[in-house]
Amino acid sequence: MNPLPSAPYSNLMALSPLILLAGSAVVVMLAAAFYRHPRPVMMLTLAGLALSFASLFLPRGIGSRQATALLVLDTYALFFIGLIFAATFVVAMLCYRYFGGSESRHEALYILLLLAALGGGTLVASSHFVSFLLGLELLSISLFALIAYPRFTERPLEAGIKYLILAGFSSGLLLFGMALVYAQLGTMQFAKIGTMLAGPHQALELYGMAGLALIVAGVAFKLALVPFHMWTPDVYEGAPAPITALVATVSKGAMLALLLRYFLMAGAHQSQSIAFALSLVAVMTILAGNLLALLQDNIKRILAYSSIAQLGYLLVGFLAFGAMGAEAVAYYLAAYFVTMLGAFGVVTVLSEGAPKQDSDLLADYAGLFWRRPWLAGVFTAMLLSLAGIPLTMGFIGKFYVLAAAISASLWLPVIVLVIGSAISLYYYLRIIAAMYASDSNTDHDKKISPAVPASLAESITLAALTGLLIGLGIYPSLLIPPLEAMAAQVAELAQYPILAYVPWNANDSKS
Amino acid sequence: MTLSALIFILVAGGLLAWMADRRRPGSAKWVALATAGIEFLLTIWLWLQPAGALAFPPHGGWLAETRAEWIPRFGVSFHLAMDETSLILVMLTAFLGMVSVACSWTEIQERAGFFYFNLLWTLAGAVGVFLALDLFLFFFFWELMLVPMYFLIAIWGHENRRYASIKFFIFAEGSGLFMLVAILALVFVHYRSTGILTFDYFELLNTAMSPSTGLWIMLGFFIAFAVKTPIVPLHVWLPDAHTEAPTAGSVILAGVLLKTGAYGLLRFVVPLFPDAALQFAPVAMALGATGVLYGAFLAFAQTDLKRLVAYTSVSHLGFVVLGIFAWNPWSLGGAVMQMIAHGISTGALFVIAGILQERTHTRDMRRFEGLWSVMPRLAATGLFFAIATLGLPGMGNFVGEFLILMGLYRASSVLASVAAVAFVASVVYALALVQKTFHGENTHGWQLPDLSGREMATLYTMAAITLWLGLYPQPVLDAAPDIASRPPAIAAAHGEENTE
Repeated sequence: MNPLPSAPYSNLMALSPLILLAGSAVVVMLAAAFYRHPRPVMMLTLAGLALSFASLFLPRGIGSRQATALLVLDTYALFFIGLIFAATFVVAMLCYRYFGGSESRHEALYILLLLAALGGGTLVASSHFVSFLLGLELLSISLFALIAYPRFTERPLEAGIKYLILAGFSSGLLLFGMALVYAQLGTMQFAKIGTMLAGPHQALELYGMAGLALIVAGVAFKLALVPFHMWTPDVYEGAPAPITALVATVSKGAMLALLLRYFLMAGAHQSQSIAFALSLVAVMTILAGNLLALLQDNIKRILAYSSIAQLGYLLVGFLAFGAMGAEAVAYYLAAYFVTMLGAFGVVTVLSEGAPKQDSDLLADYAGLFWRRPWLAGVFTAMLLSLAGIPLTMGFIGKFYVLAAAISASLWLPVIVLVIGSAISLYYYLRIIAAMYASDSNTDHDKKISPAVPASLAESITLAALTGLLIGLGIYPSLLIPPLEAMAAQVAELAQYPILAYVPWNANDSKS
Repeated sequence: MTLSALIFILVAGGLLAWMADRRRPGSAKWVALATAGIEFLLTIWLWLQPAGALAFPPHGGWLAETRAEWIPRFGVSFHLAMDETSLILVMLTAFLGMVSVACSWTEIQERAGFFYFNLLWTLAGAVGVFLALDLFLFFFFWELMLVPMYFLIAIWGHENRRYASIKFFIFAEGSGLFMLVAILALVFVHYRSTGILTFDYFELLNTAMSPSTGLWIMLGFFIAFAVKTPIVPLHVWLPDAHTEAPTAGSVILAGVLLKTGAYGLLRFVVPLFPDAALQFAPVAMALGATGVLYGAFLAFAQTDLKRLVAYTSVSHLGFVVLGIFAWNPWSLGGAVMQMIAHGISTGALFVIAGILQERTHTRDMRRFEGLWSVMPRLAATGLFFAIATLGLPGMGNFVGEFLILMGLYRASSVLASVAAVAFVASVVYALALVQKTFHGENTHGWQLPDLSGREMATLYTMAAITLWLGLYPQPVLDAAPDIASRPPAIAAAHGEENTE
């Protein structure tokens, strides 16, 4: 597809969310340089995020989708940019008190947060290898610094270095893969790759296939899919809790959205071997994530393995491709974002009394419900959502993914998903059972760090996340119509008949 | 509207009980009792309505219906409907709700608000299961009732509660996921042949599918219902959950939750997959007969009073499975009767076990002995419900088991004779229970207060209902044959079986 010859003005309008965010990163940096107080800096950050979020609703009327050859701002991109900005907003809210509130100098953190969000936004909007790499590096480099931000403590530093090495390695794989695809096809635009491959008797040759495999491997590192998942538990455990939330949501969500777009636009899923390899990866990810989580005693590690398994479920929906698959992935990602932010939000609030190390041992949560019922209630809701129990978004998400996979007749992944979910109940229930155990009374209370009550901002954040989780779990129809429109659009963008895969759309046009 | 009210009364009552207890400790049980009472009165009111007044034409035999759009994207609607069978099961649920509040009156002292919240929400989920006629909605309620039940066992249960509650939850939830996959598969099979995406029960009836597809999808449903009912190889969660749950939890588990599994077989498995169910019926009936005998023999071997009663449930629900898969008017009438009678009599036995445990802090029958001289009223009601359980004529259980055997004989005389052996085994375990607990010398020197007024009111009402069911079973039986004649396709399919 040729990029639309659009006027620079409308391109700027279309890009306004990303430009505004980049601008606010600069403003925040300047503000931090001249007036070193965390509170105004945080306020500016939040305002910048809110402003960029609001601007998402502007370009829709203009209809310009392809802004330059690098970025495409369609509803698909806008939805995920919105998700990423909202998640970053929540993380920023959680960071303030966790990093010491007004007494500590943690202004630089907010600049990094904004840059990470910008990287994520660029990733989901990119339609070209260059913007892909640009967004990825922006995101990764901010994350190294964020993970190791408490730089005088051992575990965050260790986690930061681990992440640095593996992210560098995966970027290398990605670059090499891109180079190989370019060597065969001579283009770096997703859409052009798709057009070329859609032609008769055209397919990826050995170079191109190897390139695609390397790209998938590089992305799989970021997504922590199974043979490439080793870094996740260590980084999740070591990183400060709110930053872990950022790694779990923004980084993974942006990568998955990008991968889906690449597959749809460049027609990669038509390659049988890649689809087969991915379903194998999905199966292994679900099983390994859930089984390894059974062995953990650390909440952050359990959540890390749980997030590995969740990505495996997402991949099952991803494998359905087409409009239904995109819709399922988008809903599940939204659910996953809300749930992970909520879960790590609770860990963050609980960790505030503990200066040395986050409160992440199972013992820290014993009897939590009887000491701090609201926090435990929120955490329970989040865990039940991860387990896919009704009344939560997680249930609808799982339902969506299963529906997409079954409509595409992916029986093996579906069965593995069911088995994995059944296994996962055990470790979620372990945490819940610990929180509701009544026999840990007085002697435990002394060991547990003094309870710092949640600040107003944190309470509102957690309450809003829980409200969203349950509200959209009971009445998902609020979110579904935009997702449906978005998925139809992204499926249309593809240059070959993917609609044949899913008989789904025939119905939609009828009804 | 009334149907939604049946669910929302319990939901609201649960929230109210929780909040009330924060304001004024001790008030939660009154709120809970009032909620369950209102629910029960509402079902009585529905029961007394003249059948013609509520019936609506398109699907004969239904008393009331509510439908509202819910998730149009998937063709999911909030669709509730009630026929005689659902009505009688909702009545049972409401009644056992009152019983379970009454038997927790003094047992639950800690965190009473949260306890009654969970209790009422479990009931709300069960009522939803009995009323939902949209498969998505059905699954929603099916899963939803597990979470509060899990909390009931995990927080207020006995010594081994953690293990029992997690086992219960994983079995129920895991098998439920297989049902979800089966539901989706059915929906997409329907979609491919008709182009309509819907989860509605009436639309999905008579979906055309190949025999092997039908069998696989039916098995997905069957696994979920078999775990809940329970059918024998999948019953292993039950003894633990029933034993470790607080009294109210055991009553609800045995009286209501097990019935949701049997109801699922009755409402969904056979009508949705008549051919596959017919093909599968011999296996299911063999499993049912195995359950009848296995439960009875294991019950005899128990020393833990609650565990004994739990195994009798396995045996009695085996009869229900036999009755459902024999699928003729006698066996179905018997199955519904057995569900109701078992709910009342087993519920009462759990109440008695709970009373004994509350006073003696043990459930070990070897430590009881000779309680008749100490607590004559409790012992007498214990004897009454023990012989009700063994199926003495004049009690509800007899009617149920007799009709099931009668219907079963027409389907398979071999299985009927095998199941009839259970009558002997049930006499053995029921009398063993009475002898070990109540007869003999009071060698342990128990000095215990007899039944209080509240306990007497509960148990005597349950005894009266058991007698009423046994002496005048017609109202309950009227509820069942209706199913056999509707929809016609199934009755025809099973007509062949009956003539064998």
